[in-house]
Amino acid sequence: MHDYDAFSFDSKAEMLEKSAQYWNPDKTKFWSDSGIDLVIDRREGYLLWDMDGRRLIDVHLNGGTYNLGHRNPEVVAAVKRAMDRFDVGNHHFPSLGRTALAEALVESAPASLTKVAYASGGGEAIDIALKSARHAMQKRKIVSIVKAYHGHTGLAVATGDDRFSKLFLADRPEEFPQVPFNDLEAMEQALKGRDVAAVIMETIPATYGFPLPQPGYLEAVKRLCEKYDALYIADEVQTGLMRTGELWGITKHGVEPDILVSGKGLSGGIYPIAAVLLSERAGAWLREDGFGHISTFGGAELGCVAALKTLEISRRPEVRSMVHYIADQVGSGLRQVQARYPDWFVGIRQNGVVLGLEFAHPEGAKYVMRELYALGVWAIFSTLDPRVLQYKPGILMTPDLVEELLDRTALAIGRAAADPAVSRRRAS
Amino acid sequence: MADQPNGPVTAPAQAGHMLERARWAARSFATYSQADVDRIVRAVADVAHDNAQRYAEWAVRETGFGVAEHKLRKNQACSRGLLDTYMGHDYVSPRVRHDDKVVEVPRPAGVVLALTPSTNPVATVFFKVILALMTRNAVVVSPHPMAKECCHDAAQLLAAAAVEAGAPDGVVQCVAEPTIPLVEALMGDARTNVILATGGTGVVRAAYGSGNPAIGVGPGNVPVLVDASADVRAAARRLVESKAFDNSVLCTNESVLIAEEAIADQLGRELERAGAAVLGADDAQRLRDFMFPYGRLNVDVVGKDASWIAQQAGIRVGPRTKVLVAPFSVAVPEEPLTHEKLSPVLGMIRVPDTLTGIATARAIVRIAGAGHSAAIHSTDPATVMRYAADVPVLRVSVNVGNSTGSSGLDTNLAPTMTIGTGFVGRSALGENLQPKHLVNWTRIAYNSDPAEAMPAYAGLSPWRDHHGPVPAYPLASNDDRTVAPTHVDALVDRIGARTGGATGDDAAFREQVRRLVVEELSHLIKG
Repeated sequence: MHDYDAFSFDSKAEMLEKSAQYWNPDKTKFWSDSGIDLVIDRREGYLLWDMDGRRLIDVHLNGGTYNLGHRNPEVVAAVKRAMDRFDVGNHHFPSLGRTALAEALVESAPASLTKVAYASGGGEAIDIALKSARHAMQKRKIVSIVKAYHGHTGLAVATGDDRFSKLFLADRPEEFPQVPFNDLEAMEQALKGRDVAAVIMETIPATYGFPLPQPGYLEAVKRLCEKYDALYIADEVQTGLMRTGELWGITKHGVEPDILVSGKGLSGGIYPIAAVLLSERAGAWLREDGFGHISTFGGAELGCVAALKTLEISRRPEVRSMVHYIADQVGSGLRQVQARYPDWFVGIRQNGVVLGLEFAHPEGAKYVMRELYALGVWAIFSTLDPRVLQYKPGILMTPDLVEELLDRTALAIGRAAADPAVSRRRAS
Repeated sequence: MADQPNGPVTAPAQAGHMLERARWAARSFATYSQADVDRIVRAVADVAHDNAQRYAEWAVRETGFGVAEHKLRKNQACSRGLLDTYMGHDYVSPRVRHDDKVVEVPRPAGVVLALTPSTNPVATVFFKVILALMTRNAVVVSPHPMAKECCHDAAQLLAAAAVEAGAPDGVVQCVAEPTIPLVEALMGDARTNVILATGGTGVVRAAYGSGNPAIGVGPGNVPVLVDASADVRAAARRLVESKAFDNSVLCTNESVLIAEEAIADQLGRELERAGAAVLGADDAQRLRDFMFPYGRLNVDVVGKDASWIAQQAGIRVGPRTKVLVAPFSVAVPEEPLTHEKLSPVLGMIRVPDTLTGIATARAIVRIAGAGHSAAIHSTDPATVMRYAADVPVLRVSVNVGNSTGSSGLDTNLAPTMTIGTGFVGRSALGENLQPKHLVNWTRIAYNSDPAEAMPAYAGLSPWRDHHGPVPAYPLASNDDRTVAPTHVDALVDRIGARTGGATGDDAAFREQVRRLVVEELSHLIKG
């Protein structure tokens, strides 16, 4: 009997059966077919426990949602306290929480960004960003990157891989042209017609396995945007909040975006919230028709409290220093593992604690993911490039846990290398 | 939390992250070589020394205690002075003991939590930070709230100097807003490896009660015996100077003068000549009433000068009076003048002979100051020996002012701002705090059977030199702006060969060239 107060299940098997029956049959089946029988139960810091009690180190973090760890005690305490006073709030009116968070976000961001609009999640925030750009520029086209991922809402999904847009007949290639990543010529071609409202870029494309922008690429894209009168939208949902060792990854490139989108980790993993930071130009609609975008839960005041605390923690000088240490140790630890399996573990893409590990097999990351899972680490393959494992240590990881993580990872990578299926495919 | 060290995590929020950052720094620092440590310690001691005057004045201004000129001396002693004292000491390299087939590998404590007092604020910050760096420890300073601004500023300055010299980021940190609950949380947190508690009894007892290893020290209440064999004039001069030092705010300043009857009158006259005022019975009573209303020390007098105290007490003394000497006749606890005064007021009692003098010193230490210090002015070694054996203290300074005697500034004891009071004084430390107290040694021990030989271990060291910032800035992995140290080494060698100035053992020169090369390379890359 698994008793969770509000509900209970007799067994994990019963729970999985009901998950398929009432919730999402394909997703439930996908994971059992993948050999990942995870039902997350207890969670604390960077540790998860499966329903059957197995402990896992979490380096998936649900895309950075648990950047500060699961149930971060400081965020939990802040939200608990806030619940004695606040609720979701009323989006019609000037709001205490939204105003306080907006001020903090603007203060934290590049000087070009001066206004904040709120969403309840990353997809909606991307939609706000795209709508803002279209309004400001009075143009319709949005350029994105092949294999980009910006979420699943109406406009956001059209910027991404057609696996998700075509499914719901939401693909609109004429309005949402895509260009290959790191290809400046293609980008210039796409912008040349001066009919593009904005280019939207993940600072490092996550779902594509964190291919790194070539040095100078993002800076050049920004210059092209200026040249052809398009806005630059930085999707910092996975690269923001200190994951690259600076609060916003885009500042490491010296780019002052017109729009910056934050989500996932901004919630502290506790209360959903996402935010769009806008320049004066991009945020023109906020002066013309402030009711232009409405979101009942966007910027819910409890979420604002979670985000304020998250932002405060992430900006501590101590934390910045710790992230640099973690990045350093994880990087050098992985390079040592790589030296042992140079033909199998073929690449480390790293910027801070954002990492993509490349393996020499079209689905290499799935093998490593399974071995890691068996060895008590949860990391996910990249949906749009399953050669690459997303490996995302949290920014508050302790030295001991990093060491343990590296030990387990070295073992898992070695075991995956020895998997007959892997060696067969690599040989052919 | 399950991914935390084996023990309680009590420090909240940012303070907890301070300890966490210190843990990262300590891990890195523990791999540094002796050459790295030399360079870092020198840089930090130099910057401390250069700012000794500024912080001496700042400490007096902020706390209202003491004398800037004397604090300057302590700040200097706790910066370059430490460098000189420990020149050539090595707490980093493994020690090979061929005779008993043991190899010792140093293991730093890790994260040192340094509590610093209001009376000796910046000197103690300098002292503890430099000791920690000499032994490759990270240190978190928690200053006394009365001195938090000067201490925080000083700690930041030393931190910047350390990092600039190549120390790991976060190796020196300081609590900006110390409060009792916060300090207790830092002390109880398992991420703290050792507490250095200098301060009042409360904080020292709390350190020992924290559950973490602690080096705490008890209070002082220093008796000084002048016997008939002493050079009375020299003794008087030293006494006055020592008693006036930093307005007697230190735990090492003399508290009670015990004079052998035969020389007592002469000593009184010499004390006056040296700048003291020996009070009559009425004035001594006025002083008692002012300094110990309701039997407890009036904190207004702490660290104030003698003429101010005299004026407040309604006693007429000369304007240049440095010390007030207040006679009393019975050394018992209900006599206020037997207690610690933290001001340039010296109790004085006459005794018929040295044995009574020694018994009187025991009585003073029984009231307070066990394990701390006593002083004696005498030319008779038998008396000194008897005094040292009978009075339960761990240092006896002879023919020297005790304030700079016990603390090793004018004796050859280890110069210190932290005086161990030993078991008798409820402390784990019986010596003056020194670098060696902040490092353990892993001992590699071979079979003692002569048939089993121990290899030479010549030139073997587990540590390496560090040449860049630690941790490295997290540049993207496809960003080739990273300058690999090996790359730098090769260039250093080439340039060194070209200039012909660098011999293999000229570490300082190599370091200088290295720095130039790194700068040049980074300019090239940025350009």
